[in-house]
Amino acid sequence: MLVEEIMKTDVITLPPTATIAEALQLLQEHRIRHIPIVDEEHQVIGIVSDRDVRDASPSIFEKNADNMELHREIQHIMSSPVITVHPLDFVEEIAKIFYDEEFAALPVIQNNKLVGIITEKDMLYTLIHLTGTHVQSSHIEVKVPDQPGILPEVATIFGIRKVNIVSLLVYPYRNDPTYKILVFRVQTINPGPIIDDLRNAGYELMWPHNILEPKL
Amino acid sequence: MNCSSSFVYAEEVLKYQFHQDHPFNQIRVKLAKDLLQTTGSLSDEEIISPRMATEDELALFHDVAYIDAVKRASKGLLADGKGLEFGLGTEDTPIFPNMHEAAAWLVGGTLRAVESVLSGHANHALHLGGGLHHGFKRKASGFCIYNDCAVAIKYIRKHYNLKVLYIDTDAHHGDGVQWAFYDDPNVCTISFHETGRYLFPGTGEINERGIKEGHGFAFNIPLDAFTEDESFMELYHAAIRDIMAYFQPDIIVTQNGADAHTWDPLTHLCGTMKIYEAIPLYAHQMAHQYCDGKWIALGGGGYDVWRVVPRAWAQIWNVMKHGKPLAGDIPAEWIKRWQNQSPHPLPNQWQDNPSIVPNIARKQEIQEKNRQTLQQALKITNQHKQL
Repeated sequence: MLVEEIMKTDVITLPPTATIAEALQLLQEHRIRHIPIVDEEHQVIGIVSDRDVRDASPSIFEKNADNMELHREIQHIMSSPVITVHPLDFVEEIAKIFYDEEFAALPVIQNNKLVGIITEKDMLYTLIHLTGTHVQSSHIEVKVPDQPGILPEVATIFGIRKVNIVSLLVYPYRNDPTYKILVFRVQTINPGPIIDDLRNAGYELMWPHNILEPKL
Repeated sequence: MNCSSSFVYAEEVLKYQFHQDHPFNQIRVKLAKDLLQTTGSLSDEEIISPRMATEDELALFHDVAYIDAVKRASKGLLADGKGLEFGLGTEDTPIFPNMHEAAAWLVGGTLRAVESVLSGHANHALHLGGGLHHGFKRKASGFCIYNDCAVAIKYIRKHYNLKVLYIDTDAHHGDGVQWAFYDDPNVCTISFHETGRYLFPGTGEINERGIKEGHGFAFNIPLDAFTEDESFMELYHAAIRDIMAYFQPDIIVTQNGADAHTWDPLTHLCGTMKIYEAIPLYAHQMAHQYCDGKWIALGGGGYDVWRVVPRAWAQIWNVMKHGKPLAGDIPAEWIKRWQNQSPHPLPNQWQDNPSIVPNIARKQEIQEKNRQTLQQALKITNQHKQL
């Protein structure tokens, strides 16, 4: 999945000469946590987060603060240079940036211009969708040998039962590289017949599992 | 307790059948009714006939486009592939002749139950043919075509303006009803179900609490797989007690799916008949304490149709009528009448032998996890208590 499919395109921005007070107001008004700072060509020259702004604001314990700090220009507190991504980057790659770095939003740049923004929250939402847990489904986990051709073999069993697969994830099996776990989410309230077919075909199921005596 | 009850039944309920091998089998309703009649618990005067819901009534919840699609499917006029956007023609909800009429009868039965209670004819009413909680506004799913629970609650809201508490103890999340009233502060939904981690439909997490004005009026208690009687009942009693006090409903609608039993082939909970005594007993008590007795009970899931569902559902009526469940022997006559059709020996006692539950090594952990779930699920009622 590409960044352009999940990025937000109506980005709230500020010029470098805007005040911290303006940034504070925008953050609260739009319930956002990041504001890219752009120049006249709409090139990203910095970014401020709600934390940057808070750090620059007077303490709530400071009763007689004159709020002078809030009138300073945003360019003094913005982070720069900014890590940016491209609309054609993969969502998976972005996830790695979020994991490695300490921030939670990335401006999306094309031809040196800001075209969108993607946040950690957008990415998590996308991952939820990729797991298929947001649509009605039942869950089946199959342990399979890690070898070519195994996936179509297993998937055929679902096809024969005419049950729609909502999502499919492939996990490693603990520390054993010779096996993989296939997690199917299937659109049926009654996965019983498929489970029987899978077992009859000799597959080991991680769920429903065999630890208990099977139900009558 | 001195109260009167109506039992909604007619043979039409049996026409809601997708095909012969389909797990949703309404013979359960007939078996429960026959068990009650054989026991002498149910008299002819207590039985009221269902009716077919009108299209206007169905449209209280469902989209007209969806109702039209069901009607066309019903007559074999829905082109191939045209049903899928409405969930029609899938493995779970295949198309069958006259499905519109069959489904509309089930809704009408639930509306008759509502009318019986709200006209003052009875304190409680039971419609075991209803409880089809997975039906969506414009989509059939999980064996459900029309959602009688949602239509009935809309009907109560429109004609009587009462605050409705919907309690769903089916092992599957009551998603169709939850989403139908997700933004409505006058309808509080509570669903106890096996966690959606593995089980259909997958929703029903603790943090699904309603939106907008309806925030705080949807409760979900997802139980860990292999939950047993003790933990189920502990959570059920605690949650219902607190939510009743918090919401103060005018009427209770219960969906009494009987698929949390250890013998149920579709789910992984480990209940016995004990929970099917506790569930109606407490609902009955709460209805009298808060709602002047107004309680409508519906059927729902339940796929061990011979050994589990008839007893579980008959006990709802026993509680309505006698204030307590029956104990002891199941009439031999009933067993004799049905045994040759059942793939398993029919039980000869109302109660289960505890040995039917498999030994669950993680029992303590499950209990502890469920307690934590309860506390998180009741965050809002706990805050309310402190005010």
